[in-house]
Amino acid sequence: MAINRQFKTALFHVIVLGCGLLMLYPVFWLISSSVKPTTEIFTSKGLWPSSITFEHYSQGWNGLRNIQFGRFFLNSILLCVVAVIGTVLSSSMAAFSFARIDFPLKNLLFALMLGTIMLPGHVTLIPQYIMFHEIGWVDTYLPLMTPKFVGDAFFVFLIVQFIRGIPKELDESAKIDGCGWFTLYFRIIMPLSLPALMTAAIFTFMGTWDDFFGQLIYLSDIKKFTVPLGLRLFLDSSGSSNWGAVFAMSVLSIVPSLVIFFLGQKYFTQGIATTGLKG
Amino acid sequence: MQKYKTYAAGYLFLLPWLIGFILLYLSPIIASLYLSFTKYDLLTAPKWIGFENYKTMFTDDYRLGDSIKVTFQYVLLSVPFRLAFALGLAMLLNQGMKLLGLYRTIYYIPSLLGGSVAISVLWKQVFDKEGIFNQGLSFIGIEGPNWIADPKYAIYSLIGLSVWQFGSVMIIFLAGLKQIPQELYEAATVDGASIFRKFSKITMPLLTPVIFFNLTITLIQSFQTFTKAFIISNGSGGPINSTLLYSLYLYIKGFTFLDMGYASAMAWLLLVIIAAFTGLLFLTSRYWVYYSDGRN
Repeated sequence: MAINRQFKTALFHVIVLGCGLLMLYPVFWLISSSVKPTTEIFTSKGLWPSSITFEHYSQGWNGLRNIQFGRFFLNSILLCVVAVIGTVLSSSMAAFSFARIDFPLKNLLFALMLGTIMLPGHVTLIPQYIMFHEIGWVDTYLPLMTPKFVGDAFFVFLIVQFIRGIPKELDESAKIDGCGWFTLYFRIIMPLSLPALMTAAIFTFMGTWDDFFGQLIYLSDIKKFTVPLGLRLFLDSSGSSNWGAVFAMSVLSIVPSLVIFFLGQKYFTQGIATTGLKG
Repeated sequence: MQKYKTYAAGYLFLLPWLIGFILLYLSPIIASLYLSFTKYDLLTAPKWIGFENYKTMFTDDYRLGDSIKVTFQYVLLSVPFRLAFALGLAMLLNQGMKLLGLYRTIYYIPSLLGGSVAISVLWKQVFDKEGIFNQGLSFIGIEGPNWIADPKYAIYSLIGLSVWQFGSVMIIFLAGLKQIPQELYEAATVDGASIFRKFSKITMPLLTPVIFFNLTITLIQSFQTFTKAFIISNGSGGPINSTLLYSLYLYIKGFTFLDMGYASAMAWLLLVIIAAFTGLLFLTSRYWVYYSDGRN
């Protein structure tokens, strides 16, 4: 009986793990192809390369048209850092207001905010583009950065839900101690909301890192290109001739998301589980 | 006096969002509706043409027809499969076993890399004539087509990619499953209920709010898919419009042909389509979504 049960458990793990690895097979293939000698990429069926070479990485990194791939990385990182700061700051401010302060029209504004979550981005896309075009911001980072400073409805909602779980008595006693609204927000509610803020930060980082569409329409100067745009450019100009380098840069481009995911995994799975959206 | 100070504080903290709401949502929505009745190429002033854009959309634009067909095919196939895989795996992983964290991570990684160009690049290789998907098929004796180059099959590679990324949906299901009281299952076991009966009488009904949530979100997202189709078809939506997802066609109209008025009209059609689908879900939800606190 006991042996039977152990066998079942073992079988179960083998199946779950096996299916999981099968799912990850394309990713392994990508990594393995990036270190295989060029002649082997499409000819050898196995994952294991006969010899490991990092030539594709150096080729890819040297980039094209005198621009190193590192440039794209720096651009992307700059964009992501600003996006994270802007989103977390502005979303948490709005969330604090919705969750803790009473003022007229609050419920209406909250409902409007939730409505914007459901609105497909395409409806606002073109007027936004025209607006940024009119004020001469196209081909700068401003159209990609500025909107991050007005708060993201989804994260506002997430943080509101979280703040509602923090006892209101805290606010009362803080006020008795002479705390103003700003001190309450900055010194008490924000530190206590760290899990929600981290979730918003991680989502924003990964979302911005992978945001191909926004970067595609707003950036045209190759020097300003980000990783997704650089990768696509690389694919177009050297694709069929140099798959190894394309794969190598693809691998590098997914590293930051993986690192952020593993560092913040605790918050992240919580964040998805309690909210679900994005990703 | 104190009261007004509180109001002021409330609006002050809300100010960034309010500015954003007016500048990035409210005015663009109105502008977009206006633009949809104009011809506008970004260089000369918008010219009012009434319902011309909409008329063209419904009567004269066969690419739009193709695009809608492909998008529906993509959404109606990828959403159910994605949800089914996610639910199946979540139930499998919800057995209170060891290594759950590891498995959850493994199954989540494809979704983590979801929208990235790198994964779309990879996918092009996976579904190549000689790619690893066909290698797998040949293993069981099937000779696969050249998925991406064949208009009959190209959309299935996109559907496959979307289904492959069921991770975040799975995590929400896992969270939902954890909410179901174990006592219900224990009581059912005592009563001698079969696994199938437990699933249909306990798990499914109690999970309907989560299914509803996942279904709505996945549906809305799927209608807006862009990067995959763009990279896999080199921005063309080909072969023969077979991967011309709606977002991609809207991009081509707006940003390649600079037909901003037409693209705005397309955005409104998309809004109506998505609203119709979500509206339908909300309307029917009262018949199949069960809330344990009695609200219906």
